[in-house]
Amino acid sequence: MAPIRPIISIRDLEKIYTGKNSSVKALEQIDLDIYEGEVFGIIGQSGAGKSTLVRCMNFLERPTQGTVYFDGKDLSKLSKKELLTVRQSMGMIFQQFNLLMQRNAIDNICFPLEIVGMDKKQAKERAYELLEVVGLSDKAKAYPAQLSGGQQQRVAIARALATGPKVLLCDEATSALDPATTHSILGLLKQINKNLGLTIVVITHEMSVIEEICQRIAIIDNNRIVEIGNVIDIFTNPQSQTAKSFAYPGGNKPGMSIGSRLWQIIFDGNSSYEPIIAKTVLECKAPVNIMFADTKNIDGKAFGQMIIQLPEDENLSSRVLAYLRTQDIIVKEVEASVQQRSD
Amino acid sequence: MFSKEVTEMISFGLLETLYMTLTATALAYVIGLPLGVALVVSEGSDSSFVKGINTILGILVNLLRSVPFLILLVALIPFTRLVVGTSIGSTATIVPLVIASAPFIARLVESSIKEVDRGVIEAAQCMGAPMSKIIYKVMLPEAKPSLIVGAAIAVTTILSYSALAGFVGGGGLGDIAIRYGYYRYQKDIMLITVALLVVIVQILQEIGMKVARIGDRRINQ
Repeated sequence: MAPIRPIISIRDLEKIYTGKNSSVKALEQIDLDIYEGEVFGIIGQSGAGKSTLVRCMNFLERPTQGTVYFDGKDLSKLSKKELLTVRQSMGMIFQQFNLLMQRNAIDNICFPLEIVGMDKKQAKERAYELLEVVGLSDKAKAYPAQLSGGQQQRVAIARALATGPKVLLCDEATSALDPATTHSILGLLKQINKNLGLTIVVITHEMSVIEEICQRIAIIDNNRIVEIGNVIDIFTNPQSQTAKSFAYPGGNKPGMSIGSRLWQIIFDGNSSYEPIIAKTVLECKAPVNIMFADTKNIDGKAFGQMIIQLPEDENLSSRVLAYLRTQDIIVKEVEASVQQRSD
Repeated sequence: MFSKEVTEMISFGLLETLYMTLTATALAYVIGLPLGVALVVSEGSDSSFVKGINTILGILVNLLRSVPFLILLVALIPFTRLVVGTSIGSTATIVPLVIASAPFIARLVESSIKEVDRGVIEAAQCMGAPMSKIIYKVMLPEAKPSLIVGAAIAVTTILSYSALAGFVGGGGLGDIAIRYGYYRYQKDIMLITVALLVVIVQILQEIGMKVARIGDRRINQ
């Protein structure tokens, strides 16, 4: 599943909202390529501009400047009618599910098919197939009000898939769900990505969502993309302030801002089985203080990271460092700026 | 209690009132519903031309709504004559009733449609739905319960307007109440007509609310 061709390309995009007396810059200097078949994440704090960015991808919001290519087509050059047709090959799901409340599950899935003008009987058949894909065959006649949040999102996914889109845009699709439901919805998205080869764009403010399903991410802050790359690279070696705050989610805990001599150690799949800290303490006869520890499952691989505080004694701490460096792990000093960052 | 003539007159008045109210409501919806939709749709448009139309429609609706019905009733007499050939009787009353209530209904429809979740409309836009399909597949069906409640309010308002038309020989129960009860001090006739009007309002309002509730999939299975 090597991604080769960009399905969405954004070049020098800018979006300014003009009010009566003032204008607000929502996005600027956005350059982005999303490849066919990948799960691409866009992460940022609320208000960073990520929802605007995803709405520029299907021209629900018209960029003030720059171009968006979808499947080789420059969206700004399309007529209104052509744009509607292009949107039919992009599915979208939302934080609040946005199902038609007066239609039951099956009729909700039929809705996009009615728009493309599919025969009613055929549409029903397709809707039942999709309901099975999302695991809700027994809820065909249920109305959204009778379904749980997770079930509603499943119906929304089935609805988004109905017209056989090339891309699925997910705007904070799990932000209104509890962790267990989030996990199951992400699992479903992963499965759809694998089975249908569908490109998925995930907008979120939660690092855990990115870790669970994305291969590449863009970090967006203050209306710009500040970092873009593979999840593992950004997670282990974040460059920007924003990336760091997502990679070390405990960064604003009070314990982090006291003291210095903080070092980050990163375990990959193999070394996470070794009791490295315990061995270090025994070997060097020096205490280390664990400030932060976390194990993550990034795209199927186990990843652990820890931030430890070395002993005050220079000799002891250099001995500990020297020992750690002989191990099969990544060891990095944590800059003070990370410790003081708070969101 | 009443003589046969009076009973007949009152039952005929009742029928006239129902005829005026229901016909006027139906016709007013023919104008008011598209007008209400137009108010919503034109408001959100990007084009300044369409926005201009929205402003003009808004002013027109407000203008018609601010003229007291009794004055409108009199002012419209020449127009009513032109349309139905006479300015008295229940059929003639339907004309001013429709003109007075259509803008009111347009506002009711507008507010019902605005209650529809923006997100649902956005979802439809994402699927590439053209405006026409968004109107009749999303806005109207999703606003249905609220539209029905609005219709119950509209029909009762039109009923009270129709009673007012009795002042200018409009026919129906209002006419009877004014001619017998007010001008001739026959309090018993006035009481019975007013009571009948109250009962009709109660029934129409109840039916409207029930139908809206039964049809609402957010609360009813």
